[in-house]
Amino acid sequence: MSGLRNIGIVYRKELLDSLRDRRTIISMIVVPMLAMPVLMLGMGSLAIRLVTQARQEVPKVMVLGGEDSPKTLTALRALKTIEIVPASQDYTNLISEKRVRAAVEIPVGFDAALQSGEKRTVQIYVYEGEIKSSFGAQPIEQFFRQLSDTTLSERLAAHNFPQRLLKPLEIRKTNVAPPRKVSGNLIGSIIPYLLILMCMTGAIYPSVDLTAGEKERGTMETLLCSPVARTHLVYGKCLMVLTAALVTTLLSLSSMGASFALVKHLRLGGAGGGAPLSLAIDLSSLAVAFAMMLPMALFFSATMLAIGLFSRTSKEAHSYLQPLLIVTIMPAVASLLPGVELNSGLALIPVVNISLVTKEILSGTYHWNYIALIFGSTCVYAGMALAVAVAMFKRESVLFRT
Amino acid sequence: MIEARQLTKVFRDRKRGEIRAVDGVSFRCQPGQVFGLLGVNGAGKTTCLRILGTILQPSSGTASIGGFDVVTQPERVRANIGLLSTATALYGRLTAQETVEYFGRLHGLTESLLRQRLESIFNTLDMNEFRHRRCDQLSTGMKQKVSIARTLVHDPPVMIFDEPTHGLDVLTARTVVGFIRDCRERGKTVIFSTHVMREAEKLCDVIAIIHNGRIMAEGTLAALRERTGAQDLDDVFVKLVEGT
Repeated sequence: MSGLRNIGIVYRKELLDSLRDRRTIISMIVVPMLAMPVLMLGMGSLAIRLVTQARQEVPKVMVLGGEDSPKTLTALRALKTIEIVPASQDYTNLISEKRVRAAVEIPVGFDAALQSGEKRTVQIYVYEGEIKSSFGAQPIEQFFRQLSDTTLSERLAAHNFPQRLLKPLEIRKTNVAPPRKVSGNLIGSIIPYLLILMCMTGAIYPSVDLTAGEKERGTMETLLCSPVARTHLVYGKCLMVLTAALVTTLLSLSSMGASFALVKHLRLGGAGGGAPLSLAIDLSSLAVAFAMMLPMALFFSATMLAIGLFSRTSKEAHSYLQPLLIVTIMPAVASLLPGVELNSGLALIPVVNISLVTKEILSGTYHWNYIALIFGSTCVYAGMALAVAVAMFKRESVLFRT
Repeated sequence: MIEARQLTKVFRDRKRGEIRAVDGVSFRCQPGQVFGLLGVNGAGKTTCLRILGTILQPSSGTASIGGFDVVTQPERVRANIGLLSTATALYGRLTAQETVEYFGRLHGLTESLLRQRLESIFNTLDMNEFRHRRCDQLSTGMKQKVSIARTLVHDPPVMIFDEPTHGLDVLTARTVVGFIRDCRERGKTVIFSTHVMREAEKLCDVIAIIHNGRIMAEGTLAALRERTGAQDLDDVFVKLVEGT
């Protein structure tokens, strides 16, 4: 009983102390509240504006050759979606320097070959991955596809073959998954990654402040003079770091929901011409996903507390935590990778397991055996991390590292 | 009562090798007495007091405080001591009252007893004016009073002071010295480390000269003067240390 009382005393003091610290408030409350709206509204609207601007621009396209194919050349020049610029031998550099968006090379005798039925290759030159270049190449590609279809139709007609020969079969794709699962899969890929990231972010500052920060400020020795067992001191501190991690996660989740709702309300999703955003994730899925984050948050809190305790200064602690952040982000990305599916092996890998199971939960799929295995294994990892933190706190070579 | 028996603390350093910070130190401090550990910087005073405060564990030997062993009963020892040193800083974001309350609660005081102690200490140390001010907004003297209140809140029978006047101005140092005298008058066992000879001369009933981790001599000031034939404590100290 006295142990619990002492943990409570340490926790309440750490909470009060942290809530008076501007930096903790920023990392625990301000960042998660602002990061999501800024990312989703700011970046989203910026991306939409850039795409819209790119679409509004009439791309400059160069036509190489085609002097002996006036029919094709005239048809190309008649296109209003592109601006044809004079040909130059330096077209590759001009495309790389973004002065010309794309180039098309019409082979020698192209018109004649179309008439005679010979096959010719039309070469389109683009800047791969550059959106404006793709907007320049799209109308040309579309033009030549249409030309190819028309030529084929004419050839079939010339030989009295029916047009249906062109399409021996038709493929139709219909979604059978409920809208909740579809949107869950889309949003569920991003949410686990963001949740894990925010959970870590929330734990970083307090874990350092409560350990290496205390060493720096000279309050650690004051605390060690109290008759409270070292284990209870660590538990009290860990509880505070856990609170910060969970508050950050919860606020991120809330602001993410609010941002989605706002994006939907402002119809930003439709402005870029893409599919409208669907938000069919129910609250119970989010609650289960958040529950899965509990042992993960404890694992992060205890690990960071152990690292903070080992460090001599806050600066040193941050330099150890940065690589940890990178190491954690990599497995957290698992939910974003296509084709990675949860299995019993992956269910035992920390961070990867939470990332994948949260994705499943958000899409409405509950593999209870995996959920139990992941919750249990993460609890074990959290317990191990906590044991390491306690061991660190009991080692004077760590507490008085010089 | 404090009893140290062959206390030894060895640190291992990669560059300097094995360092015997405290080497077979034995002494006894009686209630109602101020026992002074006098030594230059690096003599082993802080390490010795940290062992008594159970912040460090001895490599060999042991000590008992109020009958509790520092190695096997560290939590019982900490419940019976008040430790004040330059290394025991305050939580800047807590107020003076919150700091004392926090340590009172950690020492297991009930809320009613805590209120009672708080009022008594704050009145005695004249701290009411700044009791609700955050520690990072207090002057050095005020901070030292908060530290004293923090060590006193559980009314420990044993007080450990590690260079408590180090870096303080004359007026604040006088408050601390007055507080140590008060502890003696109230029958507490007081151990006090310093490198300031005048302070030891003014305060200590028994002085132990510590050098290179070892106790070179121990006794009343009169006994040490008689042993060395010197009157001034500076000279007494130098003779005892150089006599090695």
